[in-house]
Amino acid sequence: MLKIENLRLGFAAGKQTLAAVDGISFDIAKGETFALLGESGCGKSATAQGIMRLLPAAGRILGGSVRLADEDLLHLPEAAMRARRGGRMAMIFQEPATSLNPVLTVGRQIGEVLERHLGLIGVPARERMLELLRLVGIADPERRLDEYPFQLSGGMKQRVMIAIALAGDPELLIADEPTTALDVTVQAQILDLLARLQAERGMGMLLITHDLGVVARMAHRIGVMYAGELVELASREAFFSRPRHPYTQALFAALPEVSRRGLKLTTIPGQVPSLSVMPNGCRFAERCSHVMPQCPTVSPPWRELAAAHSVRCHWDGEALAEGMARHSVTELDIEPARPFLEVAGLKVHFPIRRGLLQRTVGHVRAVDGVSLSISAGRTLALVGESGCGKTTVGKGLLQLLKPTAGSVKVGQRELVGMRAKRLRAARRHMQMVFQDPFASLNPRMRVGEIIAEGMSALAPDTSSQARNEAVLTLLRQVGLPDEALGRYPHEFSGGQRQRIAIARALAVQPELLICDEPTSALDVSVQAQILNLLKKLQEELGVAYLFITHNFAVVEYLAHDVAVMYLGRIVEQGRAEEVLRSPQHPYTQALLSAVPVPRLDGATAVIRLAGETPSPANPPSGCHFHPRCPQAMDVCRQRYPETSDVSATHFVHCHLRA
Amino acid sequence: MMPFQIVVLWSDMLVWLLVAAGVGLGVLIARNPPLRAAWRRVGANRVGMAAATVLLTFVLVGLLDSLHYHLRMEGKPGQPATYAIEVLSVLDALATPLRSRNEKTYSEPFATRLYAKESIDLPGGGTTRDYPRLKHGGKHLGDDEGAVVEDAGFTAFRAAAIAFVGWLGLVAAAGALVGRQPGDAALSGLQRIWRGETDFAWNAVLATLAAILLVVVPLFWLAGSYHVFGTDKVGQSVLYQVLKSVRTGLIIGLVTTLVMLPMAVLLGIVAGYFRGWVDDLIQYIYTVLNSIPGVLLIAAAVLMMQVVIDTHPQWFSTAAERADLRLLALCFILGITSWTGLCRLLRGETLKLRELEYIQAAQAFGVSNGRIIVRHILPNLMHIVIIALVMDFSGLVLAEAVLSYVGIGVDPTMTSFGTMINNARMELGREPVVWWSLAAAFSAMFILVLAANLFADAVRDAFDPRAA
Repeated sequence: MLKIENLRLGFAAGKQTLAAVDGISFDIAKGETFALLGESGCGKSATAQGIMRLLPAAGRILGGSVRLADEDLLHLPEAAMRARRGGRMAMIFQEPATSLNPVLTVGRQIGEVLERHLGLIGVPARERMLELLRLVGIADPERRLDEYPFQLSGGMKQRVMIAIALAGDPELLIADEPTTALDVTVQAQILDLLARLQAERGMGMLLITHDLGVVARMAHRIGVMYAGELVELASREAFFSRPRHPYTQALFAALPEVSRRGLKLTTIPGQVPSLSVMPNGCRFAERCSHVMPQCPTVSPPWRELAAAHSVRCHWDGEALAEGMARHSVTELDIEPARPFLEVAGLKVHFPIRRGLLQRTVGHVRAVDGVSLSISAGRTLALVGESGCGKTTVGKGLLQLLKPTAGSVKVGQRELVGMRAKRLRAARRHMQMVFQDPFASLNPRMRVGEIIAEGMSALAPDTSSQARNEAVLTLLRQVGLPDEALGRYPHEFSGGQRQRIAIARALAVQPELLICDEPTSALDVSVQAQILNLLKKLQEELGVAYLFITHNFAVVEYLAHDVAVMYLGRIVEQGRAEEVLRSPQHPYTQALLSAVPVPRLDGATAVIRLAGETPSPANPPSGCHFHPRCPQAMDVCRQRYPETSDVSATHFVHCHLRA
Repeated sequence: MMPFQIVVLWSDMLVWLLVAAGVGLGVLIARNPPLRAAWRRVGANRVGMAAATVLLTFVLVGLLDSLHYHLRMEGKPGQPATYAIEVLSVLDALATPLRSRNEKTYSEPFATRLYAKESIDLPGGGTTRDYPRLKHGGKHLGDDEGAVVEDAGFTAFRAAAIAFVGWLGLVAAAGALVGRQPGDAALSGLQRIWRGETDFAWNAVLATLAAILLVVVPLFWLAGSYHVFGTDKVGQSVLYQVLKSVRTGLIIGLVTTLVMLPMAVLLGIVAGYFRGWVDDLIQYIYTVLNSIPGVLLIAAAVLMMQVVIDTHPQWFSTAAERADLRLLALCFILGITSWTGLCRLLRGETLKLRELEYIQAAQAFGVSNGRIIVRHILPNLMHIVIIALVMDFSGLVLAEAVLSYVGIGVDPTMTSFGTMINNARMELGREPVVWWSLAAAFSAMFILVLAANLFADAVRDAFDPRAA
């Protein structure tokens, strides 16, 4: 149905045009899902924009053809193209929060498409809107139709976005990372919805993603993109059983998984080449582990391996990359007598103020009684969906946010209520690595100054000579060259910036590092580098980690202990193997089942959770989870469950286990 | 004994302090490699350097006008020296022909006769109404008044030719300078400038210099025999007034910004960073200030100041001192009433910045609030400050014009773009219209403000690490 041939797209930079997408060809049949997979900066989104002819101002279509049912889209006049967009093909964007217009009601935004493409207005249009909202699984569509986007949750916004996309009855749906911004349980809902709609309507779907798990669940055929070129085309079965391109293999090898615990993850050295310095030959040659003499000079042709499996590579070996170096000390079996950090009953409430006099009318209970303990050299993963208060716990521990109640003891010293001066000294023991490596480094300071900042704040009498030495040592420790010292953060890639952030945190030799989703903004191969680095540093320095994340693969790979949070409270806590192998709380079970697994056999039964996380300003009575719990009982509505021991190290808050 | 006595006015002191601060800053920048690199990027920006050249010309005029002195009166030897009451500046001395050769009233640019008819006594008795001949404008032509175009054209051409020769000298000097720097040995310095291969945007500077020289030299050459920009109501040369206005404009722009800046930056950051009651207080202050009509507030303050000045004539020994103090007071009043906009902008930006992770990282290290403000927040606000600074500079030069227009601006004895425009109100209302005074003031102000804006753009671009 959709046939793309030799499509070339570029971006104008000054006087020259740099090709971002360089001659890609693929086609999508009716009712088929084609997944375009690759790391950021490989030209996936540019391809989608090129098909829709929605390239940004600097974008240029350099050549090739895009045919939608034998109509060449690239040669249509713009006016005719407008009838195609939303009519014959529609697009769903990554960020539901920004893809809806905040000042128009949901009804107006769907109605716009109906009016433009189907000529529907008035009552029939409203009927159709209600139908569409029901189709995408929105409860109470009559009410939702007249609501504004801010009244909807993220998942519902994405459903509305899908409804808008479906309004024009498209033959082709382009979904650009449709679930990246959503939580796993919501992601599972949206993916199911997309799969169902597609099967019902026989739409073709172009799914753009970087997540192998999503690909495994959704795609029929897969195209792997690297540096503006397709490098492998395969059916789902062939792709997951026998990936052939070294880049595809490296992507698989870089995934953190429970089976790789204690092993170093395979990383892809270097970075995606920038548009201005594209190599002549194979674009992956510089980073490839199977590079051969002709690779850097001769661009490899397509090679048919089997039906519906072709690859662009000179190398015709098959083996997956070998030689994962085991860590010297694989698992630190520390049975500590005394935990280093003890948190008891930590609460962080934010007052809600209203009115002229700013009276407090309620509290957002972001963290509502969290107890944790971490021993030296161990990793505790704090897992939960967005809005459950994980990050607030981290900031509360560091006293960046003043806890409302509870105690935080570091090496037996109570931090809550400590005087500012002594607190400053105590901060040496704990540091934080933030989520977004682009926001966590001051763009106006040089790397050397950034790293030295903590040292000069906490140990002001060190000589600048000694400080410089220490900064250089740290840079080497996190694997950055010495000359990074005098450069600004914007000169580094995301992964390198995260290394700088880690070096900055380590500069004061903390015993505990709070890592707040340190890899969620990074690509898989870069994530593997950072995880390897964190493991290496733990081994060398014996530093403990509080790892705040929503990524279970990372938890499985890295954590010794796991605590699962829901709405400000920990619902289950225990050794990683215990919690992940035999989860006791229905929420943990649902979370684990919703994680898309990048394997063929990954599609186990997903436990559906109804609705979304309630607001922490107004948590449900009794057990917070009961409105969504498939096994809720009467007692759940009345009382918050006490701690029940599953084993000596495994606790759960659930009436089912009481 | 010197034939003059140096007079230091308050505003002169401030101007030269600013120059000294600028030089000091320059030395500091030269010692700091990253700052030096940033200013090198400014130097490489062609538009920025062209604007800087124009700005420097204005600054030069302003500086020449900031060296004041009294002339010594002719007195008998032995008696204590007495000095003239009139305070002159170096610029006045250089522009003596412009200053002293006054006509009776309005005359058009390059005119040989007045702009108004008068009764003239004929030699043979009786009177006639005609445009009288100017006393100075085109005097050398004698009766051959029709030859103005040829004469002025020829003089201008001669001057332009001389200016061009002078410019060629400058080019050669620049070429020699560039040639001594390391670079592509195959090319001479001049070739490198021509091809734009120099680190510093020499070609832009030289092109601008050429334009300035080709306009300015013929203009002043002609100013010796004509009133090139015409004369005003009392017969003073408009060109001279424009030159005198430059200093007033620069002082209003610079001193006011300097008064306003610390207040806006400090209060804005403090409000945004500390939140709570500090924020409330500062917000209330600027909301209240903002809700009073600005002109009214300034008018009230200026009138009060005027009363103080008028009731204490003993404070001032000369009229120039009084006018000067009034100018400074105006700067302060403008500064105190105009910080709210920038303050609000900076508060908003600080609110955004303080939530960023690098600020939190610094807090996690126990870095003190003062240090966080100086090291993390201030540098990230600098681009806003620089933009606001120049926008305000231009805005203030224009505001002075408005205030003088309503009669609460600078002292009436002081020339400024504002007073010139104020006078133009009457001139545009009469028939036939007197347009040259307004046109001259407008053009000069336009060039000054445009150059300042372009230069600010270049500076901001160079200091943005993301764009570098």
